[in-house]
Amino acid sequence: MNNIHFTHKQHAHCESGVTSNLLGYKGLKISEPLAFGIGSGIFFGHLPFLKIGGTPGTTFRTWPGAIFKRVTAALNIRVHTEKFKSPEKAMQALDAALEKGYPVGMLSSVYYLPYLPEAFRFHFNAHNLVIYGKENGHYLVSDPVMEHATTISAEDLAKARFAKGTPEPNGFMYYIEELSKEPDIKTAIEKGIKKTAWYMLSPPVPWFGNNGIYTLAKKLREYPKKLTPRQASLYLGNIIRMQEEIGTGGAGFRYLYAAFLQEAGELLKREELQEFSRELTAIGDQWRNFAYSAARIMKARQTDVISYDQLSDLLINCADKEKDFFKRIRKLNWLA
Amino acid sequence: MDVNDVPQDPKDFKEGDKLHKLVYATDKDGKYVGVNSAGWEAENVAMKQAWDAVESDLLETKLKVISGELSPIAFFMQNCLMDIALVAKYVGKWQWQVRRHMKPEVFARLDNAVLNVYAQTFNISKEELINFGKQDQVST
Repeated sequence: MNNIHFTHKQHAHCESGVTSNLLGYKGLKISEPLAFGIGSGIFFGHLPFLKIGGTPGTTFRTWPGAIFKRVTAALNIRVHTEKFKSPEKAMQALDAALEKGYPVGMLSSVYYLPYLPEAFRFHFNAHNLVIYGKENGHYLVSDPVMEHATTISAEDLAKARFAKGTPEPNGFMYYIEELSKEPDIKTAIEKGIKKTAWYMLSPPVPWFGNNGIYTLAKKLREYPKKLTPRQASLYLGNIIRMQEEIGTGGAGFRYLYAAFLQEAGELLKREELQEFSRELTAIGDQWRNFAYSAARIMKARQTDVISYDQLSDLLINCADKEKDFFKRIRKLNWLA
Repeated sequence: MDVNDVPQDPKDFKEGDKLHKLVYATDKDGKYVGVNSAGWEAENVAMKQAWDAVESDLLETKLKVISGELSPIAFFMQNCLMDIALVAKYVGKWQWQVRRHMKPEVFARLDNAVLNVYAQTFNISKEELINFGKQDQVST
């Protein structure tokens, strides 16, 4: 087997982290925030009718695989992506790619990754990691949320790649074949910002983008009336976890996106992007305030209508500010 | 969030303190940098609650298996943090079939092939699956 000298670097979010590390291996320095912004990683969705593990689904990110796909497309990079019908074929293809010297990114379920602390191991099937070698039957893993590189047995990795549920990874794997000669990072940034604003503002349904935040705020008001105290508390807990657990960089990706805008402002020499970055940082602080208040209500087992109304108001405030934020960022003049 | 405000509240359950995740925060010049965080109280409370709910459900189900209301499949399903829909996908059955297999009288008649598929899904041996709750039953 070829020796792949892969440099593991810890990141906040798995997919932007994997993308940054894979590009870095090929010699293209794209920081995690840049990968996250170019890939339009920030998004929102609240689906009251889709119960995952008994609680309504809430997401603060775009769908799995989108960041890698968008970043490599925007930078004109040739990639190989593949899904599989069986674990055997998926593992053979992985070995073959490693043999050719490619570090390989893939989707996995955190439930089947024994190197993660048990506290984090729920059935979450959209986790990205890189496999960069094989030693004594164990695969070498660069998992961006971990501080250091680690290893995993072939059996566990196969299970993680073929976990069932929503979504199903189906052994999905990807690697970079060849970089383009002169990737146009500036245009990629511009397109990334436009796409993000579009996804946040345009979906004409109440569950996605900025609209989704209002939907969640509306639902929150109903919790004390429609749910048992235990359910209400679990629903609330799930929102906090989606917003704050590993992979979000805190405040549901707001800080990560603000870091992107700051770096974009430096690269493009545009002061107004720095201003947008500062603004989003402040909005991120409000999201944290929401999570903090929600946790307090949860812990005190408060089930009165007033607490949930106040919580809903905090959320509406975040939604209002972001609506205005994305409307203005969408109007940026890029010809300058 | 200022780098000095990055929370360092330890996650003192289920090895949670083994991982110090990276978060982005602003330094004194307002520049974003990555900082490791041990965890945040709000997040820890939410995560702990999710685990406590799992454990209290598990205890309840265990008692139901011992008293003969449910088959061991109900217990191991929850022990693996699964629901009926997910178990059905793993064992290749319909949800109504899995629901039936949770009845002790139906479970007792399942053939070895089906029991093996369940045992594999729950990452235990067939014997562990069949015998769960029986010892307790004798002693109580």
